[in-house]
Amino acid sequence: MLSEYGFIAALGIIAFIFPFVGVAAAWLLRPKRPDPIKNSAYECGVETIGDTWVQFRAQYYLFALIFVIFDIEAIFLFPFAVAFKEVGLFAVVEAFLFIMILILGLVYAWKKGALEWQ
Amino acid sequence: MDLSQLDLRNLGLLFNQLLTSFGVPPAVVPIIGSLLGALLLLIFALTLVLGLVWFERKIAARIQDRFGPNRVGPFGLLQTIADALKLLTKEDITPTNADRVTYNLAPALAVFHVIMALAVIPFANNVIGANINVGVMYIIAFGSIGSMAALMAGWSSNNKYALLGGFRVVAQLLSYEIPLGLAMMIPVLAAGTMNMNELAEAQYRYAGFGWYIFVMPTAFFIFLVATLAEGERAPFDLLEAESEIVAGFNIEYSGMKFAWFFLAFFLNSWVLAAIATTVFLGGWQGPFVDQIPALGVIYFLTKTLVVFWLLAWIRATFPRLRIDQMMSYCWKFLVPLALVLFMVTAVVLKLNLPHPLEGIVLLAANVVLLLGAWWLLGREQRKQIGASKRAFTPEIPRL
Repeated sequence: MLSEYGFIAALGIIAFIFPFVGVAAAWLLRPKRPDPIKNSAYECGVETIGDTWVQFRAQYYLFALIFVIFDIEAIFLFPFAVAFKEVGLFAVVEAFLFIMILILGLVYAWKKGALEWQ
Repeated sequence: MDLSQLDLRNLGLLFNQLLTSFGVPPAVVPIIGSLLGALLLLIFALTLVLGLVWFERKIAARIQDRFGPNRVGPFGLLQTIADALKLLTKEDITPTNADRVTYNLAPALAVFHVIMALAVIPFANNVIGANINVGVMYIIAFGSIGSMAALMAGWSSNNKYALLGGFRVVAQLLSYEIPLGLAMMIPVLAAGTMNMNELAEAQYRYAGFGWYIFVMPTAFFIFLVATLAEGERAPFDLLEAESEIVAGFNIEYSGMKFAWFFLAFFLNSWVLAAIATTVFLGGWQGPFVDQIPALGVIYFLTKTLVVFWLLAWIRATFPRLRIDQMMSYCWKFLVPLALVLFMVTAVVLKLNLPHPLEGIVLLAANVVLLLGAWWLLGREQRKQIGASKRAFTPEIPRL
């Protein structure tokens, strides 16, 4: 089974190099006439005002946090799903409790308004 | 090397034998085999995208009562090649003060993540790039790299709108990975393995009616919606829509780099359709596939094309969702539904009923859950419509 990952390594190398090869091919073929107006940021035709790197809204952080919690939960459910046929009823009840605790967390976040806006 | 051994399953072995017979040292043979297989997969992906872009444009056009590309080549088939050549020769305008490294890395990563996901898709029985035991988890892992590429693109272009677009794209992509992962876990519960080839094999029952789409349609629904969101397709393409003036994190990209994002978009949709086919529609299963293994490829490609056609149909039909509607739909509808469905499936499977009955009970549970969830959603929406009507009804002054 470990030898199968050799294919993934080979594909990884090829898939990573390929876009750069394409961009290099385009570099040979395309015109190069940089111009300060062409290179300025696009803002529907008007000049940009103020700093470009705007402040990060806290709401994104909340969504990322909730995502991390549920992603870890999903990861814990993966081995449970694979070993499901061999484990007994005890494991099912355990997984049920695990999911219930996390659903409780989701309901808490919902009621507190962490899932609002965006 | 008689013809009875010329089986798709033995193709890799035959090739290795051929190389050793040429005198290549046995340590190098698997490396050459892997590299050639990877190249073959890459070429397949690129030629496929040419056809897919044409296919989607024709479908969208016909649904909108127009012809679509029909000038370049017969039926407009060469249109994509013309577009690719055009993008190849466009000037590459890099904005001033853009972060060079991330700006150039972002399109490469976008293409990288899509092509890597192709390594674990079974095109026929055991015709798979890497037959690893954790195929499903591999796909979910590489899906996360795509969101990273989008964020890098948004951040490195020196542009407020690209940055905001990048933030929102990441929020959307991350949020919808949870339903995607959970919906993929439910067939894994039924099949007992994360190996993609074995997942396709486990759907052999009842001449097609054992496919997981018939046994667990709610999981397929969740997976389909998550696919639409992960592929940034309508109705979830607020961040990348071509009809919006500021096209999200793609604004500052031109020429070949934009072509890579474009390619990654279509190939991502196809790869997700291929995953849906393998996990829910039985992959390469079909009539007579045991006797003639090559038929598996035809069945797989046909089924994937049907799912891709479905995605293109949905894109041409539905209006766009707002970002807050999108996020609410994920966290308040899909994630609880997926978790409850997971628990219910685990309980039903543990009852160890005989096979036709198990399928019917699972189907009934799925349908009940989906209809119940829709009813709850409808109730919530009616409440919201009522509240907004009350808010906007003007007070009629009494004289």
